[in-house]
Amino acid sequence: MKPFEFFKPATIGDASKILADYGREGRALAGGTDLLIRMKRGQWTPRAVVSLNRIAALRAMEMNGELQLGARVTLGEIIRSAEARGQFPVLARTASKMAGVQVRSLATVGGNLCNASPSADMAPPLIALGARADIAGRDHERILPLEDFFVGPGQNALVPGEILRAIFIPRPADGFFCSYVKLEHREAMDIAIAGVAVSAQLAKSAAEIRNCLDVRIVLGAVAPVPRRAKRAEEILRGNDLTRERIQEAARLAASEAQPIDDVRGSAWYRRQMIEVLTRRQLLALMTAPL
Amino acid sequence: MRDNLLRMAKMRFPILLVVNGEEHELEIDPRRTLLQTLREELELGGTHLGCDSGDCGACTVLLDGEPAPSCLVLAADCDGRAIVTVEGLLQNGEPHAVQKALVAQGGIQCGYCTPGIVVSSVALLRANPNPNEAEVREAIAGNLCRCTGYQKIVEAVLAAAK
Repeated sequence: MKPFEFFKPATIGDASKILADYGREGRALAGGTDLLIRMKRGQWTPRAVVSLNRIAALRAMEMNGELQLGARVTLGEIIRSAEARGQFPVLARTASKMAGVQVRSLATVGGNLCNASPSADMAPPLIALGARADIAGRDHERILPLEDFFVGPGQNALVPGEILRAIFIPRPADGFFCSYVKLEHREAMDIAIAGVAVSAQLAKSAAEIRNCLDVRIVLGAVAPVPRRAKRAEEILRGNDLTRERIQEAARLAASEAQPIDDVRGSAWYRRQMIEVLTRRQLLALMTAPL
Repeated sequence: MRDNLLRMAKMRFPILLVVNGEEHELEIDPRRTLLQTLREELELGGTHLGCDSGDCGACTVLLDGEPAPSCLVLAADCDGRAIVTVEGLLQNGEPHAVQKALVAQGGIQCGYCTPGIVVSSVALLRANPNPNEAEVREAIAGNLCRCTGYQKIVEAVLAAAK
């Protein structure tokens, strides 16, 4: 690793000042599971590394009408949290599909989002849940819908000096369902070939018919950023869930993916799998318990 | 303010490292990982360097009770945190029940992955004293073993739980 100055400030304000001073040459350190690997490989050579690990506010997980999930909360803490398991089981399930137990002790939800990998597993379910990014800067704060947080592969919407403080997630109403399916070669320590998150607010329109009041379909690992399949959502929203409509929505979702060929899978295969993963999750909603 | 912040950023960073219950006051280069510091400064060679990228689990230690790859942690970031290495798992001067079971069940061949497997398994048994096979496999999914095929390791951990 190239030499760097190491800071471990106690407040978000101090961390923000240091990061603003160093601009593009400063890096925030949370779990370190991405940052240290890139620094060891010489891909990133920051002049300043600012550890966020003394800032207690970033580690809070509180239910205040909505879930305020501190950016520094680890994947392991999400899996063990009663709130996540009870109200947001999709988050605990997603975290348990990421890396392995050891890495999950370090890796954080904020780190996963800020590194903005197209395959970041936390992004599709959080976007499907309607999450917002709570951002603190040197002398301002702002809140961004999470889907607008991703700018490109490895690029997020933060400017130097801004820190992702928390993720705000609305409390689900009755009849709300959210799932995420990650396609991978093996069950642990693997990166998604493709992933689809589906959320829906359902109502009974007849005995066995489910009406889709609202829906989100979010695609991961098949575009430069996690991406909503808005045309697929559109044909479902406000309509009864039927097999025909679901087939059509799944086809549309596949057409909205922009996958690439790489070592994990071909663009063709990824597109096919987006259709399958979307269809399966939507079909499951037809018999969702209401 | 700026002066204060700059004073906090030294090229030699003072830390208090609490390893296996013992306190060590060190001044370290902030580039040093916890793994390097354990092996080279504290001469605790039980924690092994494998992939150096968090994929193999050979360097697993307990960090505040949780199993974590010490190659992905800066020692400077561990100030005051409780670290337990495989050397710290002795029970009354004897190997831990997991270690004895690994020996008895043939769960060790070359031994390179063993300290990481031991630390991960002990963390599992502390949180869940009666795991099933799936839970054992999940707990060591981040520990690569190229010799055993895992079956005897899993049997050993289950035996140690009894």
